[in-house]
Amino acid sequence: MSDGRPSGPLGKILTPSRASAMRSSGTTIASSLAAIAIALTICAVLLAATGKNPIDAYSTILETGASGNKLLEMMRRATPLIFSATAVAIGFKMNIFNIGVEGQYLFAALIAAEVGSHLSLPGLLHVAVILLVAMVAGAAWASIAAVLKVSKNVHEVISTIMLNYIALSVIQWLFENFFRDDSDGGLNVKTTLLPYSGKMPDIVSGRLNAMFVVALVTVAIFWVVVYRSRFGFRLRASGFNATAAATAGIDARRMTVIAMLLSGAVAGLVAMQSVTGEAFAYGPNATPIQFGFAGITVALLGRNHPAGIVVAALLFGFLDSTSAELQLAAVPNSIVKVMQAIIVLTVVIINEATIRRMNIKTAERARAELAAGGAQ
Amino acid sequence: MNEHYQHTGTTAVRLTGIGKRFPGVIANHDVNLNVRAGTIHAIVGENGAGKSTLMKTLYGMQQPDTGTIEVGGTERHFRSPSEAIDAGIGMVHQHFMLADNLSVLENIILGSEPARRGVINAGDARRRIGDIVASLGAELNLDDPVSELGVGERQRVEIVKVLYRGARVLILDEPTAVLVPEEVDELFDTLRRLVDDGATVIFISHKLDEVLHVSDDITVMRQGTTVAETTPSQVDRAGLAELMVGSELPSPAGRVTAIGEEVRLRVHDLVVPGVEGRPAVEHASFEIRAGEILGVAGVEGNGQFELCTALLGLRAATGEVVIDGHDISHASTRSRHEAGLAYIPFDRHREGLMLNAPLWENALLGREDNPELSKGPLVDIAAARASTVGIIERFGVLTPDETTPAFALSGGNQQKLVVGRAMVSEPSVLVAAHPTRGIDVGAQAAVWDEIRRARDNGMAVLLVSADLEELIGLSDRIAVMFDGRITAMLDPDTTTPAELGGHMTGSHQEAAR
Ligand SMILES: Nc1ncnc2c1ncn2[C@@H]1O[C@H](COP(=O)(O)OP(=O)(O)OP(=O)(O)O)[C@@H](O)[C@H]1O
Ligand SMILES: [Mg+2]
Repeated sequence: MSDGRPSGPLGKILTPSRASAMRSSGTTIASSLAAIAIALTICAVLLAATGKNPIDAYSTILETGASGNKLLEMMRRATPLIFSATAVAIGFKMNIFNIGVEGQYLFAALIAAEVGSHLSLPGLLHVAVILLVAMVAGAAWASIAAVLKVSKNVHEVISTIMLNYIALSVIQWLFENFFRDDSDGGLNVKTTLLPYSGKMPDIVSGRLNAMFVVALVTVAIFWVVVYRSRFGFRLRASGFNATAAATAGIDARRMTVIAMLLSGAVAGLVAMQSVTGEAFAYGPNATPIQFGFAGITVALLGRNHPAGIVVAALLFGFLDSTSAELQLAAVPNSIVKVMQAIIVLTVVIINEATIRRMNIKTAERARAELAAGGAQ
Repeated sequence: MNEHYQHTGTTAVRLTGIGKRFPGVIANHDVNLNVRAGTIHAIVGENGAGKSTLMKTLYGMQQPDTGTIEVGGTERHFRSPSEAIDAGIGMVHQHFMLADNLSVLENIILGSEPARRGVINAGDARRRIGDIVASLGAELNLDDPVSELGVGERQRVEIVKVLYRGARVLILDEPTAVLVPEEVDELFDTLRRLVDDGATVIFISHKLDEVLHVSDDITVMRQGTTVAETTPSQVDRAGLAELMVGSELPSPAGRVTAIGEEVRLRVHDLVVPGVEGRPAVEHASFEIRAGEILGVAGVEGNGQFELCTALLGLRAATGEVVIDGHDISHASTRSRHEAGLAYIPFDRHREGLMLNAPLWENALLGREDNPELSKGPLVDIAAARASTVGIIERFGVLTPDETTPAFALSGGNQQKLVVGRAMVSEPSVLVAAHPTRGIDVGAQAAVWDEIRRARDNGMAVLLVSADLEELIGLSDRIAVMFDGRITAMLDPDTTTPAELGGHMTGSHQEAAR
């Protein structure tokens, strides 16, 4: 009763928990590493059970993984995952489940490739415009789900799943009827190739293009916007408690629309690594698919946090990059996928367990401090 | 163990040496509680004293770090509420836990569905629930969705739910905080009936008069532990408050300035549409001047909630709302806040707090555009945290620090934060719904002082409250709401609580017709 608060402190308040926040991020990293170790053990058992030698498999991974080229390959493969996980995470921050990243990025890839091929602009500007068009196209496709949600109350899980199917049909129709370029005699089933000015610069020639840097910048912007800006605060507030946010004057419908558009805009960038740096066009066989769904997993694994997303995407990129070598070592690609799934599950489970343990630890510390206080 | 009780009745519940810690907080330590079977046992104590924590432990929601639980003479270890329910213990929480989108019936049978060959047998349940509702002397439409019920009705659903599961020991955490006196009397009649049938009731309350009125035994908690056991015949209100706080209660200050001339809030012909074609608020017109408090009396569900949320622009309405000369009838909620309107919500959990967010983010909610708390498009985190520390200190919010998540605060301390957030924006018009709901007697006086001080500085207040003492003590005029209309405008100086009660239930009006 000595600190003069109007009504006096009532329970016994112990040391503030500020330091524990810093401790907790250290523990999260440690627990994630532990989770990966456990997952690798489980996978080893799995490999052994399917008649493969786990030690051979792992040494293959390590030998190839340790090389510089493999690290570049890891970053290259992580790039689209970072975009799609970020797109998913933006929605998650206000409890919107954007399952439509797949449709959004494929639609954006087609439109951006087509528009880009008709432009002639100086180098970097050309690339920037293509990215911008991709973002607008992704946002435009996402806006359908946003409008359905705020005007007709259609749940976004339903609408974005449906819109994925619709996107595939629309893309195919547009591509086959308007955008397909058979000027080379139909050898290349693609849109018209981008002019040279539309090429994304390489960081390491032929191995990694600057889209990786764009991805890191996007994640950094995501962090600032969501965790530091007033807009991001409103976004998260709507996710925490929509009624309380509305009562505080935050327009839930407006936030829903903006979040969905932002999510779609970032989704639009998923295939740009391929379009501007590798295939220089959109093509049904040239443009990578399925990254929209992988993004959901990466976002969950990274706990929707920017740093977590980058780490999780790199981990997935690494596992993907080793799959070729593992296949050479007679480990089928399906086992690699199973390993990814096991790692995700273990990390999620271990994280939960760590949080529980940390609570118990704090309680024990409290007990000790109480005992010490009582002795005074 | 208390020898005083040994000759009367058996012990229904005995807690010995209970300890419970949370990160940074010792919520309970060395708690001893002895509840006689067939009695109403009150637990009192300041906000954060550990009352809810103790009851959650008894109900199996959390496991104690130390101590033993005995029910009916046998030691029990509840690992979950369902084990406590099996032992005949039921609990109605301080913050209700009903599924909004389900009906009353579904909520009651949820978790104990009466199945016959795997098919839910609603007929049986309906009959049994009907019997329970009747035995309580209450009314409930089992098919209403819970989202449409008022707080009082939600509570009734919770009580019926607990009884439906066969509870013989009923725990009620601040059951009367949300009720008007008439409903409180009904509740206590119900509890008496249950106790006469042999059930045992444990209830938590900050309203000392009703504690003295209704309980057989009283246990006082302070700073996480039980400090006294007493009975209504042994103490009076002041004595009880002293046991709780450990010192005398502060006495409230009176009015120091006169009501101003300028009209701060003008509401003209406000109509709020309701369900089934009947307006929820009909043609409400009133003015509140600078430095004036207009009380709104009424039984929950007579249009008060709709009136307040319409003033905030949260629901469609026709009519005129003017603040300080600015017509805000068609403005967004945010612009109404910016025009000087602040709101202390009816339900802190639903409308007020982000339970999983830290306190400083909660205190920032609705104030994030305030130039003092932002840097251009960014939140000024340091300023926001400092401002929260200010609220914590000024309103005596009991917490380890401003980064603690809101769910970790006791109910009364959450309320203090919500009140503080509304008050620090120095609004010109405050819409305050049950501002001291769940706040202990000492802190209640502090909140009243804050409201009075702001009023003396020219703030206009629309005060909705179920606490007639609070209404009469604070208001300059009292509007009575009944069935969506303002049916009387009373002078608190010449109105007795009994008269006010008569107006609220409409009996006054019917007599006049
Ligand atoms: N889940 C939790 N995590 C951390 N701390 C908690 C948690 N629940 C309660 N506490 C803390 O334990 C203490 C006691 O809280 P409790 O809810 O039991 O108080 P109370 O006596 O019911 O108060 P009130 O009258 O305000 O409802 C408080 O300091 C509170 O902050
Ligand atoms: Mg409580």
